[in-house]
Amino acid sequence: MASSSSTGDAALLSTEGLTKSFGSFKACDGIDLSIAGGEIHALLGENGAGKSTLVKMLFGVLEPSAGAIRWRGDPVAIRSPAAARRTGIGMVFQHFSLFEALTVAENIALSLDDAVPIERIAKEAARLSREYGLPLDPNAHVADLSVGERQRIEIVRTLLQKPELIILDEPTSVLTPQEADRLFETLEQLRGEGRAILYISHRLEEVRRICDRATVLRHGKVTGACDPRRETVGSLAGMMVGGEVEGIADSGLSPGEAVLVETRALSVPAQTPFSISLEDVTLAVRSGEILAIAGVAGNGQSELFDVLSGETLVADAAAVRIDGRDAGRLSISARRLLGAGFVPEERNGHGAVGSLALSQNVMLSRHASDSRAYLAGGPVRMLKEGSVRETARRIVAAMDVRKSGEDPQASSLSGGNLQKFIVGRELDRKPRVLVVNQPTWGVDAGAAARIRQALIERAREGAAVLVISQDLDEIFEIATRIAVISGGRLSKAEPSATMTRERIGRLMGGIQGVDEGTELADAS
Amino acid sequence: MNLFLAMLPTIMTAATPLLLAAVGELVVERSGVLNLGVEGMMIIGAVTAFAGAQATGSPYAGMVCGILAGAAFSLLFGFLTLTLVANQVATGLSLTILGLGLSGMIGDSFVGTPGIQMGALPIPGLAEIPVVGPILFSHDLIFYLSILLVIAVHWFLFRTRTGLELRSIGDNHDSAHALGMGVIRVRYLAVMFGGACAGLAGAQLSLVYTPQWTENMTAGRGWIALALVVFASWRPVWVLVGAYLFGAVSIGQFNAQAFGFGIPSQFLSSMPYLATVVVLVLISRNRRLTLMNTPACLGKPFVPDR
Amino acid sequence: MRLEIERRATRSSLYAALSPFIALALTVVAGGIMFAALGKDPFSALYSFFIAPLTSAWSLNQLAIKSAPLILIAVGLSVCFSSRNWNIGAEGQFIAGALMGSILPVMAPDWTSPLLLPIILVLGMVGGALYAAIPAILKAEFNANEILSSLMLVYVAQLFLDWTVRGPWRDPQGFNFPQTIQFSDSATLPPIYAGGAAHWGFVFALVAAVVTWFMLRRTLKGFEIRVLGESSRAGRFAGFSSRRMVYFSFLFSGALAGLAGICEVSGAINQLQPVISPGYGFTAIIVAFLGRLNPLSIVVAGLVLGLTYLGGEAAQITIGLSEKVARVFQGFLLFFVLGCDTLILYRIRLVSSRRASGEEAAQ
Repeated sequence: MASSSSTGDAALLSTEGLTKSFGSFKACDGIDLSIAGGEIHALLGENGAGKSTLVKMLFGVLEPSAGAIRWRGDPVAIRSPAAARRTGIGMVFQHFSLFEALTVAENIALSLDDAVPIERIAKEAARLSREYGLPLDPNAHVADLSVGERQRIEIVRTLLQKPELIILDEPTSVLTPQEADRLFETLEQLRGEGRAILYISHRLEEVRRICDRATVLRHGKVTGACDPRRETVGSLAGMMVGGEVEGIADSGLSPGEAVLVETRALSVPAQTPFSISLEDVTLAVRSGEILAIAGVAGNGQSELFDVLSGETLVADAAAVRIDGRDAGRLSISARRLLGAGFVPEERNGHGAVGSLALSQNVMLSRHASDSRAYLAGGPVRMLKEGSVRETARRIVAAMDVRKSGEDPQASSLSGGNLQKFIVGRELDRKPRVLVVNQPTWGVDAGAAARIRQALIERAREGAAVLVISQDLDEIFEIATRIAVISGGRLSKAEPSATMTRERIGRLMGGIQGVDEGTELADAS
Repeated sequence: MNLFLAMLPTIMTAATPLLLAAVGELVVERSGVLNLGVEGMMIIGAVTAFAGAQATGSPYAGMVCGILAGAAFSLLFGFLTLTLVANQVATGLSLTILGLGLSGMIGDSFVGTPGIQMGALPIPGLAEIPVVGPILFSHDLIFYLSILLVIAVHWFLFRTRTGLELRSIGDNHDSAHALGMGVIRVRYLAVMFGGACAGLAGAQLSLVYTPQWTENMTAGRGWIALALVVFASWRPVWVLVGAYLFGAVSIGQFNAQAFGFGIPSQFLSSMPYLATVVVLVLISRNRRLTLMNTPACLGKPFVPDR
Repeated sequence: MRLEIERRATRSSLYAALSPFIALALTVVAGGIMFAALGKDPFSALYSFFIAPLTSAWSLNQLAIKSAPLILIAVGLSVCFSSRNWNIGAEGQFIAGALMGSILPVMAPDWTSPLLLPIILVLGMVGGALYAAIPAILKAEFNANEILSSLMLVYVAQLFLDWTVRGPWRDPQGFNFPQTIQFSDSATLPPIYAGGAAHWGFVFALVAAVVTWFMLRRTLKGFEIRVLGESSRAGRFAGFSSRRMVYFSFLFSGALAGLAGICEVSGAINQLQPVISPGYGFTAIIVAFLGRLNPLSIVVAGLVLGLTYLGGEAAQITIGLSEKVARVFQGFLLFFVLGCDTLILYRIRLVSSRRASGEEAAQ
């Protein structure tokens, strides 16, 4: 099967000089690509390299600014997703295009162009899910399903259209290692049937494992095409970021004795119908160490973060302790005054406000802790804009934040630069406790390395750092100890030296089963 | 009991404009759009229907005018919120303000003019059934339309492919767009349907309920209709229940005024408004229920990538 | 042909400054077309609507009287709307303030004291704030939609006022007219300058605008309001409480609406009547948006909308148009303001239906 042909005429789909401009910015710039039947073709690139823009053009969601798309050698204009489906292209989205309020069968029906009776769809879906090992209940409401199950809906509804080319956008970013393995089996089955798969990822290991060819994008341009099985992770990464990635020196942290942040048998009921309840969560982070909490998205990470930060208060004040004091009933500002800093997962609308200037975003988390520096006029509490701006400048310099203009709106920064600013805003206070949720989610490799380095440095200076992350590479890079969160329960933390990916994977599938020593075949 | 049976037909007539406007708004909100201009569209429908009936001498022609005017007026809202992505709350308010102003200006010459009433159309056969017949089957055309509309909207939303698409757009417009649905087109149609229903509701007021033109004759019914949609948790059949409950409250207070009871009429007149607030509170207290039922994209602006 | 909009990278400060003027110009054009359609000469009609009221001292005083409540209410609403609390029941809070402030002048007309007037004004503010507290409590504690509850309370307040002036507070020597007794001199808000008609309410409005502007732009409270308006999640992260903001914004705007109400009664009408407001509470919503929620711009916007009231009265007298024309103008204006504000955040393009890139791709 391998890279059967790279010439245009045998290709199922090819593009010539495909370009998409947003104003003066070219998200994709003259992309040439060809995909043949019976191959798994990887599209590699950092966040912001133009992968998503490219596939959105192929699927008719975005309209190309220039260039051509050919299907079996003939030029086609794909004007809508419906047109893409008619052509024979199916797509599994990264952020699932599912409707929470509807059932599985209704969701599938919506992706079909003809009005097919729901009962027929349910039957057909059941057959496909058996055939490809993707168990699904057609009458379940999507809101009640796990992330892995939701992805199965996406795949089944794509398969129902019998596509010749299937596009998968970062499919494993939300799966446990075991779930990912099963996905790979399904993909190999599809390849065996002669279908083409365009596999978008920035996870180099899995690309090397399952892909026959790879096209690498950087800054909207093709920077390389190769057989990934003949490359190393390092050489692939080099093509992605344009030069060697600076590795992080071994963290070499030596934890102290003092426990600076801890929870004791913390249980919190779910706050909304869409959130997870926390059950009996016990953790402790000592001075000078980084505790990482691994887990698949939606298993209680943001709920745990909210409880630690004080955005959700708990009944038992002693269930959360910061720097030796009961903090469960303290507001987020009071916890900051105890020396804690917090970086939430969501940048826009949580950690920062996009429409406010960077300097005003400094005030967001520091108006209470730095009130003497930033406020004047006693009870009137006037803003001292000069000193706030000064802090913003300091953060920008310390974290190498790239921006345009003196004090721009936060929304004008790229994801990576805004994240560097938000992390820098907390580090600038030299917090004794730092809680970070998904520190490098959707951030380019350069910024990610900078942020991880900064977290390690902070721990080395004696702070207790708690990192919640879905990225196992990141966790093994920086953590002193690792715990796993699953279904609102937290496993016992283990030293990262003795922890394995395989064990993390099993813990992600269910804490209790593993602790009791039961074999869990997979996460389903 | 007899008194209640005697009141039933008037309760139904009083409930019909609420029902019509609320069912229309329900479809609009199910598609993810919050149109607070119901009151404005309703009063435009009322004045146009009155004018149309005066001009043609036919209440049915007047009714059609009211429907068309409501739909046309809602297009203003659609253009601003869907094409220009203006704030839906503010635009809905301005639709109400403009509607009240325009209707006042148009209707100035009609004040005091006797209206043309739309007569009852007893359904042959059914209307003769004792007790039930006069209550259910001896109404005007708009009443029958309102009941048919509830059934049709329920069928449309939950039994048709287009209805499924409309619900999915209200749940997640980005996903719907990614699947290739015409989010803005569907929303325009929903907004116009809502406008047409509000227009018909207005027509009912000026042709059936009180066949004359008085300024501000909708008297907040558009707003009560909005509250009914929340009360019904976006389910058509519950809108019917809610509208009839409100019809009972307002007819009840009229009768209480007639009997006196020594309660000032103004206090009795406030009952429907206070009842709205109370119902709103009772329903909204259950955050879980409201959160689960509210269309997830309600009131959120949608700007497609291109 | 179709309209396409595209989000700008940053908000356009050019259009932020221009859009109210574009909206005003469009309103004048639309008004001219409307006058022409009604068979009037658009130019003379527009002149008598917008210009003539500005040419005499008497009408300038009237402008101040009409604008004062609009500015006072809209300044309060700017705090509400900036923090995304949709108080649209200011009309009811206006009435509640007027009623509460009238307690002493109506029930104890003989009591005079230098403190009387300040007490009346404070009671007016308290009345408005208390009435606004109802939707605030319902929203903060019971999650009930504040738009609907605050609006329903307008009707309740109007009916209650109607009952008071026809029932318990009716002037016994008033020939059965539904109105209270006249306020005594010491309970009357005096004119700003001797011989003028405009009362101190206008000065209060200017002071409220400046103080609120300072609060919004220069203090932590203003920062809190802006952050919570943008995102309650980010607000919570900053340690601000959306719930407390519901109370703050409603009480603040309710107090100003109540002050507007008692000033109108004590300074202009001098007694309570069944109807004491030509819809100031609703028109103030337009004022707040036209002034783009900036209290200083709201002063200008309040004068513009005050002018439409005067113009409506003038148009009725000089060219025989219904004074309802004023409300139509106000509706137009809000529509155009909202439409033009799109330009601040988005680029608007006219695109031909045939897609340019599709043609290129086909070559």
